Parts: sequence; C-alpha cells; structure tokens
Amino acid sequence: MYKKDIYTILSNEPLTPAVYRMVLEGDTQYITRSGQFINIELEGKFLRRPISVSDYNDTTITIIYKVVGSGTEQMREMQPGKKLDILTGLGNGFSTDNNAQRPLLVGGGVGVPPLYNLCKRLISEGKKPSVILGFNTESELFYFDEFKALGVDVYCSTADGSVGTKGFVTDAIRENSVEFDYLYTCGPLPMLKALYAATEVDGEYSFEERMGCGFGACMGCTCKTKYGNKRICKDGPVLKRDEIVW
Amino acid sequence: MVKHFDTSVELCGVKLINPVIPASGTFGFGREFAEYYDLDCLGAISFKGTTRDARFGNPTPRIAECSAGLINSVGLQNPGIDKVIAEELPHLREIFHNPIVANISGFSLEEYEECCAKIDKEDQVEIIEVNVSCPNVHNGGMSFGTQPESAAEVTRRVKAVTTKPVFIKLSPNVTDIVSIARACEEAGADGICLINTLLGMRIDTMRRKPVIANKMGGFSGDAIFPVAVRMVYQVANACNIPVMGCGGVSSASDVIEMMMAGATAVQVGAANLKNPYAAKEIIEALPKEMERLGIERLSDIIGIVK
Repeated sequence: MYKKDIYTILSNEPLTPAVYRMVLEGDTQYITRSGQFINIELEGKFLRRPISVSDYNDTTITIIYKVVGSGTEQMREMQPGKKLDILTGLGNGFSTDNNAQRPLLVGGGVGVPPLYNLCKRLISEGKKPSVILGFNTESELFYFDEFKALGVDVYCSTADGSVGTKGFVTDAIRENSVEFDYLYTCGPLPMLKALYAATEVDGEYSFEERMGCGFGACMGCTCKTKYGNKRICKDGPVLKRDEIVW
Repeated sequence: MVKHFDTSVELCGVKLINPVIPASGTFGFGREFAEYYDLDCLGAISFKGTTRDARFGNPTPRIAECSAGLINSVGLQNPGIDKVIAEELPHLREIFHNPIVANISGFSLEEYEECCAKIDKEDQVEIIEVNVSCPNVHNGGMSFGTQPESAAEVTRRVKAVTTKPVFIKLSPNVTDIVSIARACEEAGADGICLINTLLGMRIDTMRRKPVIANKMGGFSGDAIFPVAVRMVYQVANACNIPVMGCGGVSSASDVIEMMMAGATAVQVGAANLKNPYAAKEIIEALPKEMERLGIERLSDIIGIVK
C-alpha cells in the first residue's frame, strides 16, 4: 500500500557540497521495507521527484538527495517548517527474508542512502552485515561514520584514492577480503554491472530509471527481466540477481 | 434543502454518472488507482491501449518533463488483447462497476479488426475507443489518423465487425482535424475522442542529446488544454456525433470548459500521473463549480458556446 499526504520538513542540511539530508515529519505507516522511495511534489514542476528513503521511524522519514537539477536545487533551499505533498510507500524495497547471515551492502554515491535503514534492519534480525561505500573522491564521501556507528565493518573506495581503496567498490571487496553470502547494492548502472560480473553470490540490485508517475500507472520506467517486463517504480526498484537482464 | 446538481451524461446510449473518464495510458487497468480510492466514483475508465500482440514499447528513457506537462514515448506497452481479456478485464470488473471504454490500437487494418471484434464480445466493455493517433509507434497508430481516407477506412472496417459504440481517437498532429473527424463520422463512427498527445521533443543541453531514447514523444498535460478545447470546439460544431474531450484537463473548471466547447464526456490524462487522486478530486469539485456557474444539469451546457 502507498499513500499521499502532507509532510513537514524538520531539517534540511548538507552532508557534502552537493548532497543534502532532509528529515520529514508525517505518517510513515505505508513504508514497510528498506529501499522503498517517496515521490515529492515541487512547485512549478509537473512531475514529482522520486527519492529513496534512507531511514524512517514511526513519525519521521529521512531522505538523502544529490542536487543535480532545478528540482533538487529547489529542495536544497527549503527551510524547516515547510510542508510538502508526498506519495510514500512506493516500490518493492529490499527483502531480508532469506538465509544469509553475512550480507554485504554496497552503495555507490547517492545509491548509499537506502542501505542505511537496510543495515539497521539486518542487524536487528541478528545478521552480520558489512558495508562498502564507493565515491569519486573524499569530498563526496558521506555516511561512513553513520554506518560505523551501527557497529559494522565499513570500507570505502574512491576513484582517485583520496580515501580508502583506490579504485572501485569491487577493488575494495578484494583488497579487504570481505566475505559475504548475499549482496545488497544500489548505485550507478556501471557499478551494478561490475558487481554482478565480479560476484557469484545471490543478491538484490536497486535500479534507477526516469519515472513518470512513480506508482505503476504510466509504464514510463519499464525494463526487461528474465520473468517479463517490470516497472522499476512498482515491481522494482529492487530486482533479484537471477532476474536481471543487462 | 441541499440543491441537487445533476452530473450525469449519456454517450451513445451509455449512461455515465458523471462525464469524467481517466484517459487511456494514464490509468493502466485501474489496479494502481484502486489502491488509492474507490473507482466507482468515475464516470467510466478508458483502459491502457491494447494491441494484438504483447508489446514492451520503446527503449527507456521514455519520459521527459516539460513546463506544465510531460513527454512520453512509452510506445503502447501492453500485454496483448488475449491477456487483457483473460486477466485484466475480469479484474477491472471486480474493482470497477461503471462503463469500461476499451482502447484499441493497431499496426494494420486487420489488427484493428481482429482486436475490436474480440473486445466487442466482452460484456464488460460498453464503448470501443479506436486509437488511430499514437505518436510513438512507427508504421501504425498515428499514420492511420493523419489522413481522412485512412481514418475512414479503419472506422469502416471496425464498424463492420462490432456492435458497440465506436469512438475514433484522433491526433492533433494534423493540418485539418475537421476533415478527418467528418470522414470518420461518414464512415459510421458513433463518436470522436480527441485529442491524443502533441508530438514533442526535449534536449538535454549538458549531454547534447535528446532526453528521450526515441528522440520524440507525445506531449500532454496542462499546457495542451487550449489546443484540446479548440479542436473539440471545431469537431463538435462540424459533426453530429458525440465528442469525448481529452487533453490537459486538470480541474472541474476545465471539465466544464471542455463541455461548453462541445464535449459530452471529458477524459483526464496526465493529471492522474501527477496526482493519483486527480480524477476523484475533479469529480468531487464538480457540484461546487456548477453552483458557481449556475449550472443545474451538466448535460445542458454541452456545446453551449457557439
């Protein structure tokens, strides 16, 4: 189930020069899984802006977004107290209903946020997740300490080597000899492809596509899978490894 | 005493509790919206454009945002007529009990015939809407709707194999909409639906490439409303068959404006994608808007502007 409602901004602050964290207050009962997203109405924009949920509790939703265009530029300027019209509970999200005991969470850039609530959930289920975060350079890094504070092993890679392993997330897996029995990942398409090729364990991959409605009506974001056409917004954004067609 | 406002209209003998119909391609087969509200408030539903074979549609990205609208190049993604009849239609009937408009598209005269003949046999369907105006598929769709002769030919062939009211959905991407609508009427069409989307394009100036993989797509949303009102007005005045107005409708006021231009029923399209409650909210706002404008019976104002 999903719902449209009005939410109030509690805070909106930068984590890096381009990445912001916004905390929203309102009804969160339709968010049921890590990796789901919300769709935000913005003044003067015809389409809503889909942003993944980084964390949530009974009364608040935390989103982390990168300023990439006029919509997110508008969001960056928003002050606490402002009210937003938002659809919540969208997308399938990650499943933790499996036997994995040592899952690996790999996030690339602005793909990192949805893994945060997932990490908390896995820990609460008694599992031992480890985390790899990939960025271009140190100034773009965020949430390394937040994941650390959850008490899990956290590694990072940067393309220029300014912090962590120099190279890609796949290099960080090798360099740190990370052992895992399941993979959860979200990030740019080349990263997802590289992880798919470099690993053999089962897992779940969260995809991105340009959306119209965000709730399955317009068929704008359809992709092909081994089990037929799927809408990234409604049947995804998370696809299981065995159904992915690159 | 609370004043009663009569919102009912009649389309070729099909009674609608109100003139508001979610437009094909913006409402799927109702499933997603049924999670938001009780669909029985809707006058009718026009379901997702259906072809003979299942289609994936065009490559992604196939959505581009615009000022007051969006461009889509979905390209008639649908499960194919047989699956629609076997799976979607029975489910739609469970969640919706008012008239269903079957939107049919094709790539050949034979395909239109075959699909319309099949859907005509389904009790659940009250009106057949023949789409000769999809801008997103090559060698079909719109090519039938851009010439009076070919639009008339589709109409004749479909009318010969069907018993239910047939509306022809026309494209605005033509030089003379009236001649095409009249050709359809002369060929036996029971009604006209217009407009489909306007062919549009956006460019990502940073990447120096079209935003949409297919380069061009159909532009819809608030921005096209004046074009739709104009074409509804022209066609309603030139034809003697009812018109379903469509294009950029996003308020009760828009519904009334389009009816004054000549529409008997009004479809709501892109607005559903921005706000899933759009059609419901428009219907709920109708009585108040009627009161404001001194309208007691909505059917009284159809084509009142001359």
